This record gives sequence, C-alpha cells and structure tokens, in this order.
Amino acid sequence: MKPFRRTRGSSKPISGSDMASAQPQISPAAPLLSVADLAAWYGESHVLHGIAFDVAPGEVVTLLGRNGAGKTTTLKAIMGMLPRRTGSVKFDGCELIKAPPRAIARAGVALCPEERAIFSSLSVEENLMLPPRVKPGGLSLEQIFEMFPNLKERLSSQGTKLSGGEQQMLAIARILRTGAKMLLLDEPTEGLAPVIVQQIGRTIAHLKSEGFTIVLVEQNFHFAASVADRHYIVEQGRVIDMIPNAALDANIGKLHAYLGV
Amino acid sequence: MFEIFGIPAAALFGQLLLGLINGSFYALLSLGLAVIFGLLNIINFAHGAQYMMGAFVAWMLLSYLGINYWWALILVPLIVGAFGIVIERRMISRLYQLDHLYGLLLTFGLALIIQGLFRNQYGVSGLPYSIPPQLQGGTNLGFMFLPNYRGWVVFASLVVCFGTWFLIEKTRLGAYLRAATENPAMVGAFGINVPRLITLTYGFGVGLAALAGVLAAPIYSVNPNMGADLIIVVFAVVVIGGMGSIMGAILTGFGLGIIEGLTRVFYPEASAVVIFVIMAIVLMVKPTGLFGRAT
Ligand SMILES: Nc1ncnc2c1ncn2[C@@H]1O[C@H](COP(=O)(O)OP(=O)(O)OP(=O)(O)O)[C@@H](O)[C@H]1O
Ligand SMILES: [Mg+2]
Repeated sequence: MKPFRRTRGSSKPISGSDMASAQPQISPAAPLLSVADLAAWYGESHVLHGIAFDVAPGEVVTLLGRNGAGKTTTLKAIMGMLPRRTGSVKFDGCELIKAPPRAIARAGVALCPEERAIFSSLSVEENLMLPPRVKPGGLSLEQIFEMFPNLKERLSSQGTKLSGGEQQMLAIARILRTGAKMLLLDEPTEGLAPVIVQQIGRTIAHLKSEGFTIVLVEQNFHFAASVADRHYIVEQGRVIDMIPNAALDANIGKLHAYLGV
Repeated sequence: MFEIFGIPAAALFGQLLLGLINGSFYALLSLGLAVIFGLLNIINFAHGAQYMMGAFVAWMLLSYLGINYWWALILVPLIVGAFGIVIERRMISRLYQLDHLYGLLLTFGLALIIQGLFRNQYGVSGLPYSIPPQLQGGTNLGFMFLPNYRGWVVFASLVVCFGTWFLIEKTRLGAYLRAATENPAMVGAFGINVPRLITLTYGFGVGLAALAGVLAAPIYSVNPNMGADLIIVVFAVVVIGGMGSIMGAILTGFGLGIIEGLTRVFYPEASAVVIFVIMAIVLMVKPTGLFGRAT
C-alpha cells in the first residue's frame, strides 16, 4: 500500500490510462480508505444502513446530505466511536471494523469532530499537543503556526476562551501534528464568518498539496465545490450517489433535489 | 506565657497544629476522592477502608517482615494501589455503562467487607505503631513545642498534595487525565488508551489513601474502624470543596482542618459538628461546592 501514499500529482497510473491523472474519480490507486456496507446503531436506533464509499490517497471527498442524514454518524463509525457497527472499514489495506478507536487512531486516521471538542481544562498549547504522534511525518509546529498564526499568540489561553473560528483552527491543527494521513473533518465551516471560511478553504487545499487525504462533511455546498475532488450524497443512512466535482455543473439540478436547497 | 483573645497562646497553637494534622488527612483523602470521581464518575466509598488498609499493611510489614516505616511509605501505596487496580479491573470497570449509583453501592459494600475482614482478624482494640526513631521527640519553636512526627506529617502531606497538583495540572500525563475527564471518547479517538488511564487513576487515588494510612499509623492507633470514622468528615469536606477541582480539594482539606482546630479553642462544644454546619451552609449557597464546576 505504501507506494500509493503522497502520490497525487506525481505518479502516473500504472495502466497508463489517458484520463486517470486528470479525473480523480477513476483513480487506479488502491483506495486509502474503503468503506463498504457500513451499518451503525445508537442503542436501539439503527442509523446507518449500508454506507459505501472509497477515498483514493491524496483525494478530498465530501459527504453531502440533509440534516440528520447520517454524515456525522458515518465519521464516528469510521473512527470506531459508536457502540455497535458492522460492515467493513478498510484503511491502508487493514480491516478496522473490529478495532477500538485508539487502534484506528494509531493506524493513522484522525477526526475533527463537528462540536470541535476543545478541552476547557486544557490551555491552547495543551489542546494542540494532546493527540500523541501515531506515525512519523506529521507537520511541525512551525508549519502549523504558518497556517494558523492566531494560535501562536494564544498558546497560554484556556482552550475554550478562543473564538469559534480559532477553536475550529485549533481542532484542525491538533490532528496535523500526529502523522495521521487520513483526516475526517466534520463541518469545519459551520457557523463561521466568510473570511474564516476562506482561510479554512485555503488550509484544506494546502493540506491536500501536502499529501493528506480528506473526508469532508459539509453543509456549505459552495465551499465543498471549491475544495473537493468528488462528492458523495448521503440520505437516510445510505450513500445514494456520487458526483465528481468536474461534473457538478451538469448535475446541479439533481444535487439541489438531494439537498433540498 | 502570652495570650491571644484571652486564650493561652500555647493552647491556641496546639489546636492549630492539631487542625493542620487533621487537615493533612482531609486533604490527602479528598484529593484521592476528587481524582477518582473526576475520571471514573464513581464516589469511592471504599476510600476510608483503603486508608485503613494502608495503616494495617504498614503494621504488617513491620510486625511480620521487619520492614520499617520509611520503606512502608513507598511500598504500602504500591501494594494497596495494586489491590485497587485489581478491584477496578475485576469489578468497577463492569459498571461504567450503568448508573453511578451502582459504583457507589459496590464500593460501599467493599468497604464493609474489608473492614469486616480486618475486624475479624485483628479485633477493634487497635494495634500500636511506633514513631520512627528519626522523628521521635520534638522541637521548641519558641512560641510552642512541635512534636517532630506531627511536623513531618504536615510537611509530607503538603509535598504529596502539591506534587499531585503539579502532576495533574502541569504535565502531559495530567493533560491526558484532564482531557479524559471532560471527553473520554474524544481522547480515545486520539489514540490514547483511556481504559488503562482509568485503571491507573483509580490505583493512584487508592495509593494516596494508603499513603495517608501510613502517615496516620503512628498518630492514631491502627484499627479497623479508623477509616470509617474519618471518611464521613472527608465526604463533608469534598461536598464543601466541590468535586471538580484538585486545588480545591487541597485548600478545603487544610482550611477545614484549621477551622475545626480553632473551633476547638474558641467554642469546643461545636468542634465535632462545625464541618457539617459549614457543609449545610455551602449546600444552600453554592450547591456545587466552593471550587466546584457546575455540570
Ligand atoms: N447520540 C445519538 N443518539 C441517538 N440518535 C442519534 C444520536 N446522534 C444522532 N442520532 C440520529 O442519527 C441520525 C443521523 O445523525 P447525524 O448526526 O449523523 O446526522 P448529520 O448528517 O451529521 O446531520 P447534521 O447535518 O445535522 O450534522 C439522526 O436521525 C439523528 O437523530
Ligand atoms: Mg453532523
């Protein structure tokens, strides 16, 4: 699996297919993350009914869908954070469906949760340094502060004293140090001012260029279109469609119907 | 001899010292309770019994194996802490999915069993444990006579309390612990082994209780009920301080010990109840406790 990491933009498909380098959706690389038939429950209530999607190394894909469709639950299920899940979650060639969250994290998957989960009893610095290194090759603190200069000035503040936008940056920043190559970002732009949304958009583009692979849950459809290679549509706990970003304009009517906008 | 507010200074300082000694035990024990409650969400009713075990294990090490006080200070917290770890792994960890009440009932039952076993074996009359030779005698401070062992207890307890505070508030391990207290699921999703952190935390809290037991052995007689008597007051201290804060547990422990000592000087009739009166007032004014965070 290793040769396929950090290869986007540099490697040519083995098949020599004429379109593969320009069309990420026909990626010849083995997927870095492959979710199949994923079902999950909160206690008695059955929320996911067979989620299936693939993410190639270095790709940014989004999960789009209405409120309550199961996007957050999908990310939590991948991370192993639900009491009960079945199906298959393969990452980097390893089956993780039976693994506990800490083993999934150690394999190199990291979650930035919807509620951000900044710890109020930890300083900004402690929040940033909390996740242990799981693999070599994470970003250095200098690289992180280059992306998020605000954080550097607030290191000794209490984590939850930051503004909403700064907390979001902190929640992203802390998983970049760890060496995890697969980032699961749950609505990173939710409730933020346009200028901050732009900054997060630039960050995601930069992370992609650094070789990170990203699954992005988004409500902000324009934002999603500006950063992603492909879009998966989630509805009632299932993936019902996939639209390549390049084919977005052609499918805009369909998409609006899915999202009810 | 001079007087303060009509009270002989020696009596005043004597009671202040006694208050500080009691406060040392309140602080050590409520600290362990607060650490355990923070992460496990369990009120460890076995804490008094574990303190008593600390004193007994020190006595056993000395009587059966000739292992002295100084070694006991190190070995006993490890031995009793390991006992706590087994309890957590085998029993308490099965209850995390259930209501908090089950943890309380389990640890309360354990306390009764442990005390019963020791009572059966050693009776209730109490066993002597002598002050180590290095700490016998006393020092004249000019304004009062300080028995060396009592000074040592206050000093050791301060060092352990602030060491614990430093560990929890200033180190990386402490950051894991604080984060897991807030949001264990997220800490696990970062790759940290939260169940092991929980087990070690319980062992640490139990070890603190056992250490307090070793410190207490030469002062109070080693007796199966010593924990049961003390722990009631310690629970009141915890209610007053609030469960949320490490520094709160330390300050409240020492503070209430001193208040209790002063009450014994100025109004001895109230000294047995003053802590409970303060508890009632705090519960009316600030139910989360002086240092507690609303949850
Ligand atoms: N802790 C929970 N217990 C029970 N049901 C839950 C829980 N969390 C979510 N659900 C239910 O699971 C379904 C999917 O929720 P999920 O949070 O995954 O949706 P989402 O797509 O992320 O929505 P949003 O866009 O609003 O964030 C919803 O019907 C929701 O009510
Ligand atoms: Mg969501």
